[in-house]
Amino acid sequence: MVRPKDGILDPQGDAVRQSLRKLGFDVSGTRVGRLIDLDLDAEDRADARAQLERMCSDLLANPLIESYEIVLEDA
Amino acid sequence: MTDKPRVAVVTFPGSNDDRDAAWALGALGADPVSAWHQDGELPAGAAGVVLPGGFSYGDYLRTGAMASVAPVMDAVRAFAGAGGPVLGICNGFQILCEARLLPGVLRPNRQLEFVCEDVTVRVENADPPFLRRCSVGQELVIPVKHGEGAWYADEETFVQLAARGQIVLRYAGDVNGALGGVAGVVNEAGNVMGLMPHPEHAVDPLLGSGDGALLLAALVDAAAEFRLAAAA
Repeated sequence: MVRPKDGILDPQGDAVRQSLRKLGFDVSGTRVGRLIDLDLDAEDRADARAQLERMCSDLLANPLIESYEIVLEDA
Repeated sequence: MTDKPRVAVVTFPGSNDDRDAAWALGALGADPVSAWHQDGELPAGAAGVVLPGGFSYGDYLRTGAMASVAPVMDAVRAFAGAGGPVLGICNGFQILCEARLLPGVLRPNRQLEFVCEDVTVRVENADPPFLRRCSVGQELVIPVKHGEGAWYADEETFVQLAARGQIVLRYAGDVNGALGGVAGVVNEAGNVMGLMPHPEHAVDPLLGSGDGALLLAALVDAAAEFRLAAAA
């Protein structure tokens, strides 16, 4: 899960919030991120997490503007 | 062997200003040659590199992110490390930021609209090679056309870059919500530059403005100097 960091302007999130408000929902904040599902062969969970950390910092997220969260599920 | 300095223009899948850039460089005294994103090396004799505008890899993930890890970027990184002049235009700027060859990142325009118009940019520092045909305070009219051109860096980095003269071009007005109105930056050494405006679309006054030629001709100068230095 990759999200815009706190404090980073998220114009897409703001636009979505405005549309939700138009639909009558009392939404005070919306942030739009992205979910990346990966199938990965790894030695164990620690190895999988280490690989995913590297993927996130090297490509999947830009640490200047995005934070990420890794969730592991066994196959 | 031509006398003209050879400048490689890299084509990624989705690049669309590569031929315009090559044409403009040719008109300004360079020998433009094409490089392909999967090439492991730059074309022989390349003394300058341009990463052109476009929508490389369909802007998947983040603009420039996929291209930043393309095979050719290892060669571009090595070339930049050796002091060779590298210019990234629009998507090329996004790629250089994602490759961490330039500071900051390009984010979606604050107004969430694609902006396509002539803009005025002010020269903040004329010392880096790409700006040597300009003077500080000079205003250039060059078109922009981008949806994700809002340059951003954290406050501390921004202050440092400004102090070091790495912010070389600023918009005269607010174009896209870029921090500090930044339109173009250079790396610390000054041999890698990125900008959102398209100098290759402003090389003939008949088509609106010739101001972009100042930047591209300076790149050709820098390529000629780099070739000379490499031969020495």
